Amino acid sequence: MSGGDAIPEFSKAKSGGDGQDVSLTNLSAFASGPGIKSGAEVAAILAVAVVIIGGIELALRLFHVPQYIMPPPSSIVYALFDEFPLIAPHLGYTLVELISGFAIGAVVGLVMAAVITQFPFAEKIVAPYILILVTTPMLALVPLLILRFGFGYTPRIIAVALAAGPMVMINAATGFRRVDSAKIALARSYGASTLQIFWKIRAPMALPMILVGLMIGAIFGLLTAVGAEMVGGGFGLGNRLTSYSSMIQMPQFFAVVLILSTLGILIYVLFFLIGKKWASWET
Amino acid sequence: MSTASARTPKLGVQAATKVYQTGSGDLLALDRCSLDVQPNEIVSIVGPSGCGKTTLLWSMSGLHRLTGGAILLDGNEITGPRPEIGIVFQEANLLPWRNLDANINFPFEIKGEKPDRAWIAHLLHRVGLDGFGGKFPRELSGGMQQRAAIVRALALKPSVLLMDEPFGALDSFTREEMNHLVEEIWLDTKTTIVFITHSIEEAIFLSDRVVVLTTRPGRVAKIYDVPFARPRSLEIMATKEVFDLTNRIKMDIVGERRPQAKEQPEHKSAEIVRIRP
Ligand SMILES: Nc1ncnc2c1ncn2[C@@H]1O[C@H](COP(=O)(O)OP(=O)(O)O)[C@@H](O)[C@H]1O
Ligand SMILES: [Mg+2]
Repeated sequence: MSGGDAIPEFSKAKSGGDGQDVSLTNLSAFASGPGIKSGAEVAAILAVAVVIIGGIELALRLFHVPQYIMPPPSSIVYALFDEFPLIAPHLGYTLVELISGFAIGAVVGLVMAAVITQFPFAEKIVAPYILILVTTPMLALVPLLILRFGFGYTPRIIAVALAAGPMVMINAATGFRRVDSAKIALARSYGASTLQIFWKIRAPMALPMILVGLMIGAIFGLLTAVGAEMVGGGFGLGNRLTSYSSMIQMPQFFAVVLILSTLGILIYVLFFLIGKKWASWET
Repeated sequence: MSTASARTPKLGVQAATKVYQTGSGDLLALDRCSLDVQPNEIVSIVGPSGCGKTTLLWSMSGLHRLTGGAILLDGNEITGPRPEIGIVFQEANLLPWRNLDANINFPFEIKGEKPDRAWIAHLLHRVGLDGFGGKFPRELSGGMQQRAAIVRALALKPSVLLMDEPFGALDSFTREEMNHLVEEIWLDTKTTIVFITHSIEEAIFLSDRVVVLTTRPGRVAKIYDVPFARPRSLEIMATKEVFDLTNRIKMDIVGERRPQAKEQPEHKSAEIVRIRP
């Protein structure tokens, strides 16, 4: 009611009101503590990788495990390079679905989070519905979407947007809710408008949580895109998976899996670097 | 008192009353609190914790509306934040995602004005922060952060500076340093300063007058004159006058903290006490 009356209790909440410390760098598996891993640590990680991959290779060859059960790593890598010209267009299709679906979902999610958090009463009413959106696997809607929109890009992009949007929204809303009445009072003491307070105080305070939301949203988007491609339609990395496995081309199948996990890691690294650049003030 | 001959006070607090609406009913934080702050004066406000000091300061800054009474700046009622009033908050209150330069530019950004570079450079030099413009708040000590906050508050050349327990979180040495700095800035700018503190020593060292508030609802209980010339040295703090004054204010506040008799004299005017230097 009288929002302007809130006098900050500095001793209790130093910053961020709810006292939770969010940070991308803390979530990072790449940096143990601040900074880049030392050369020795990198060497140890690579050594472990060599031992594991070499061990698998050796075991598969030693026990004559047939290719259709598990191809050795060397033939997966060979298939990756050999088949890449054929896989590349499908990687492109998947990226188109992911990027456009994610962009739509992220924009809608961000706008809804920003608007909803301005009205605490509306937020209380909407909250359970958002939870349903977050917890429902949007993949389940794909057959219905295909029925309605056919086998093209449309149902997939919608599914990606539906998967990413709520993730972005719920995290961004948490960020926008971190009101710091002292900082808002500071802005108001210079005559700041509601819009200025939003852009210059609320948005930067929410940024670390927004980045977490965008990262989770993008990863969920990737999962949903591949899943939707497996359900129907003749293109995309998900379609390659079903196609290669039905033809028992296991090295090619695992080559696609390798590409997908690389995509996931790239998404993570991208948001990690953005967080390091723009949200490192939190740590 | 003749109104015609008297100077217009810089800040006139006239029977300021503030009621907070809370979940468990109305809370009377300020009750007909009256006080005049003269131009170029430094006035400290002390009082038991929760007595309404911050509430009074927020009312003076136009950050919230009074329930009753009025606060006048140069004779005009304050109805909202005013550019002539600068605020220094407790715990610096810098924006952690901005470096010092960007923090000091913040008021200008909000106002859509060009920052006065020469003045800001002068202020930064004054508080000993030359060359720290690119640093982020987390890279600075508490004292340095509070210096930056003072520069930010003075950047718009306010004629009144309101400070709410600005050095409460600092260690006592840093605090003494900061007190000297406030005095230097005052000698430099002659800005009217209202200074809230829970340190009686700090209040006496800095102020022309020390105002003691009653327990909630806050009203002016006593006003003490502190007529030492400036710049003041730390030696005055060891004099008998200051020792006695400190104890009297302490007793006022401790007395205030004891459970009060139900019947309080209605709206008694503040007692004014003077000590000889
Ligand atoms: N926004 C608010 N809503 C309700 N009560 C408040 C609010 N702000 C302060 N109060 C209450 O008003 C009284 C005076 O508070 P405050 O001015 O912060 O005291 P002080 O600064 O002297 O410690 C306290 O009892 C406090 O709990
Ligand atoms: Mg206070």
